Amino acid sequence: MLLYSLKRLLYGLVTVWFIATATFIAMHSVPGDPLLNNKAVSETIRKNLEKRYGLDKPLSQQYVIYISSMLKGDFGVSFTQQNRRVNDIIREHFPVSAVLGILAITFATLGGILWGAITALYRNKLPDIIIMFLVILGISVPSFVFAALGQLSIIQMNDLFNRSILPVAGWGDFTHMLMPALVLGLGTMAFLVRLMRSSMLEVINSDYVRTAKAKGLSSLKIFFSHQLRNAVLPVITILGPAIAAITTGGFVVEQIFAIPGLGRYFVQAVQQSDYTVIMGTTVFYGAFLVFMVILVDIVYGFVDPRIRIHAES
Amino acid sequence: MKMTPTSNAQEVRADTFIPSANDFQPAHRESHHDALHRPSLSYWQDAWIRLKANSRAVVSLYLVAFLMVFTLFGPYIWQVNPSSQDLDQISQPPSFNKQAVLVNGSGFWEPDLEELPEHYFQELDVEDLLATSEIIIDQAFTKSVRLRWQAVEGAYAYVIYRNDYKPESSEDLGLPLAEVEGADLTYYQDRLNLESKTYYYSIVATDGVDESEAFRAIPVNVEQAITLDEAKERGLVDDTAIIGDSISLKSHPLGTDYLGRDMLARLISGARTSLFIGTVAPALYILLGVIYGSLAGYLGARVDNWMMRFADFVVALPFLLFMILFRIAFGVESGESGIFPMLIAMIVLGWPGMARLVRGQILQIRNEAYVQAARLLGANSSYLIIRHMIPNVMGVILVSITFAIPSAIFTEAFLSFIGMGVSPPTASWGSMCNEGIKTMLSHPHELFFPALLISITVLAFNLLGDGLRDALDSRLRARD
Repeated sequence: MLLYSLKRLLYGLVTVWFIATATFIAMHSVPGDPLLNNKAVSETIRKNLEKRYGLDKPLSQQYVIYISSMLKGDFGVSFTQQNRRVNDIIREHFPVSAVLGILAITFATLGGILWGAITALYRNKLPDIIIMFLVILGISVPSFVFAALGQLSIIQMNDLFNRSILPVAGWGDFTHMLMPALVLGLGTMAFLVRLMRSSMLEVINSDYVRTAKAKGLSSLKIFFSHQLRNAVLPVITILGPAIAAITTGGFVVEQIFAIPGLGRYFVQAVQQSDYTVIMGTTVFYGAFLVFMVILVDIVYGFVDPRIRIHAES
Repeated sequence: MKMTPTSNAQEVRADTFIPSANDFQPAHRESHHDALHRPSLSYWQDAWIRLKANSRAVVSLYLVAFLMVFTLFGPYIWQVNPSSQDLDQISQPPSFNKQAVLVNGSGFWEPDLEELPEHYFQELDVEDLLATSEIIIDQAFTKSVRLRWQAVEGAYAYVIYRNDYKPESSEDLGLPLAEVEGADLTYYQDRLNLESKTYYYSIVATDGVDESEAFRAIPVNVEQAITLDEAKERGLVDDTAIIGDSISLKSHPLGTDYLGRDMLARLISGARTSLFIGTVAPALYILLGVIYGSLAGYLGARVDNWMMRFADFVVALPFLLFMILFRIAFGVESGESGIFPMLIAMIVLGWPGMARLVRGQILQIRNEAYVQAARLLGANSSYLIIRHMIPNVMGVILVSITFAIPSAIFTEAFLSFIGMGVSPPTASWGSMCNEGIKTMLSHPHELFFPALLISITVLAFNLLGDGLRDALDSRLRARD
């Protein structure tokens, strides 16, 4: 298991290097002059600016500097906001996105498992039909529409009770997080419900559940320790991609709910052509996603002994 | 064993029996037992029958067909320019037969007012100011609303308010339009962003500093109007038309957007953008993935290993961030439309999933018993590929395309929504949602229709994909 984890980690590092290189190539093939926005009129200022950002060196040397400083965990200085380091920007804005993401993931997983199990238990009955209809809705409606509807419903609710129960937008305490996290997790939840349903249906018809029934176990015990536990396994494998979906989904939700997260900052940086921030954020996100997927895989190895044995052999 | 009488009677003694040719008649072959009871069905015929039996898939197939007709023939049926603006009809709700009154273009208005008694000019304290006894509507068109009212004794000035609903108290009068100074100046012309609906105008008298608590509100039904010159310019009327005539405006079955552009025409032109990206990008990246995957699966061993490693790296690239990076790398400034970079980015980033799937399928099919049997019977590679590989992979590819289309449409909508995709004046469903969400509260139809179309399209392709998967591939068949 340790060897497997180490192998995965090493492989992850190579992947991150690939992401960093791809980012470097993409950003250095941008046509035009990156310093044009800075109004570097005089030749001297221009020279100095190029020197400051290391743009006067040949491309290969720039690449070496870029990779080595990234290994030290240094993403450089922002292009548009002088004296602001990309590291500081990430440190400031990422925790906001992370908190929102964790809440959304929690919401999506718990909801997905719960509703998925219910649909399987009530297969082709009314609860199943209602939930599956909502799930299809959740898969088909874009997240920004849900975000807009979420805001509308907050306004309606606040109007109804004649006082501010939930804030419509902004960031601060827990009340600000609820609706954005709900909206952010909705798509993933719909997906997980489908997955959980089919996995649960498979488990319900399995031999060990029949054995447990024959032994005379209570249906509650069968549900929790036999059905749910086994049916949940595929949900865990999908968590890695789900985290990726939720982090990038945050772009829109942060935009609509005016949340100062990294996604919103990235979009702003793109609009302002802040190249260092774009590169730093992309590599950071890429690395984050790669290691989240590895983490989920390793955790899965602990949860499911079959994977552990397979990995060791 | 007991002999039956019949067999006894037919018993022939072997030593006296000489067989002749006549004794051997060919037995009547009753071959219908072996015949197939069903006509032979090809894989695709069978899949089609199964798909037709799935009502959800059939409905979604009709929806997809409708969307295709809507996109391809829409511009010929509904010949309205999607980018022509009509600032007189901004954010109109859906309507069919819209009438407008021709009015004079001049905004000057000065009514004859009756002389006020002398004591009216004695200014009173704010508490003593009454509400005006009467408000007269001289004209109520979207070009201008003209109001007159009875002077209030002792008023120094009047404040005119406009509200969307009936005001309940003096703190709820809505938008303050103007303050008219002078006790005898008892008229006002409102020309501020008028729409054809009912407004509540309130007149409040003031002593110059504070406003009176007393007010009078009046509902005003504002009629759609158009100036004669403008109507002539746009070719809506001929030279014989005079002011006061009622003409019918261009109808907008789905309303207009914030620049007065026809929503239906924009939705059709947006469908062309969205569905173009939504179908062309998946088709191309799936083609690339199929070629890459089958090559890897065919070459096998070491090359396969390296090729798949590379695919794993590409999968690890954060998709949306790299979509945006590609856009920058192509030199698309924010505010420009980048349909082509979006297409390229989707192809470059999208193929590995398909490559993996096809490679797995090829590897699996290659070792399948029927393929080996065919090979033993002397089938050459081209026969194997055409007869066994392609038909077996085709199902998976088709299902993947159907699922890739909604996700590509989502991606386009998502990018356009955050302003990283299609930009004005090009319409796409995502960019229309982006514009519509700003006026969501006052004009919900501007968000509703594009969002509805995205949802229906994604839903139709998802259901069709489910149906196809069930029909084509029993191994991937959903459990319900």
